[in-house]
Amino acid sequence: MTTYNPRYAGTVTKYVFVDSPEMTPSDLAIRAYEISQGVMIKETCFGLQVTGREDDVNRIIDLLRALDPSHIFVKDRGFSPGDPRRCRANLGGARPGYFGHEFEMGLIRNISKGLESLPSRKPGDIPHPPAPSTAPRLDARDLKKIIESQES
Amino acid sequence: MAKVFLYPTTSLILSDLVARFGHSPLSAALQIRERIQTPGLESPPLQITPEEPKKGLKWAAVEVPSGVRGRMSLYGPMIDEAEAAIIINNADFSFGCMGCARTNELIKYLVRKRDIPVLDLEYPRNEEEGVEFVAAIKRFLDALHGGSA
Repeated sequence: MTTYNPRYAGTVTKYVFVDSPEMTPSDLAIRAYEISQGVMIKETCFGLQVTGREDDVNRIIDLLRALDPSHIFVKDRGFSPGDPRRCRANLGGARPGYFGHEFEMGLIRNISKGLESLPSRKPGDIPHPPAPSTAPRLDARDLKKIIESQES
Repeated sequence: MAKVFLYPTTSLILSDLVARFGHSPLSAALQIRERIQTPGLESPPLQITPEEPKKGLKWAAVEVPSGVRGRMSLYGPMIDEAEAAIIINNADFSFGCMGCARTNELIKYLVRKRDIPVLDLEYPRNEEEGVEFVAAIKRFLDALHGGSA
């Protein structure tokens, strides 16, 4: 067992994803570098990772999000950029969490459409979102009867 | 500002929408960050130590596999802390690194057992569903304390 001393203790890291017809990750990175003021910015294929003190990161995120509000998405990240336990340079392939991002980024244009349509929606309109199916599934008692009928 | 538990706990879409509409998302990253930034003994890759399955005993019985208990030590405190929850049900990627099927069932059960507002959804498959999906989340969040309703 070796002692563990965290890097970048006391910082937060946030992902910034961009899926916009008007802005690429490198455009976003240039804007972020302009306002970074000591905060670490890492450009990625999908957007950015921003690491620094929470207030500074939130300030930068707010400014970046304002560039294209319905096409820029933000979430927290546990690890800091380049962490050898997570960085794919060390792992030799996509890191595990990437598959979740890949799946949701495939749907993100639907969310962008939803965000764009919010202002035109009447306040009293009841939304009808895709909801889980309520179709009844096989009852455990019925399953038991099937098993017993096969055994006899 | 209400603390909103997300399921899947790693969801980018939910995390963004909850923060965008003025609330505080409770996502797995916060728990991972806490462990990653705490000095101690090296325990890669997630700094999950043998202590975590013991902490998980608060939410899962001793005969439950340690993997479930270890995961519950991450998700359990967030469920206890949550003032509302949003659950997306057809999240296939939540089975795998993020959690095993039993953990996922236990999370949903514990969320429903708590008397907090819960919004049940499915991922939107097209733009029309996306419009309704976002509107439903906004309406749900606005009705929470600290929301804009």
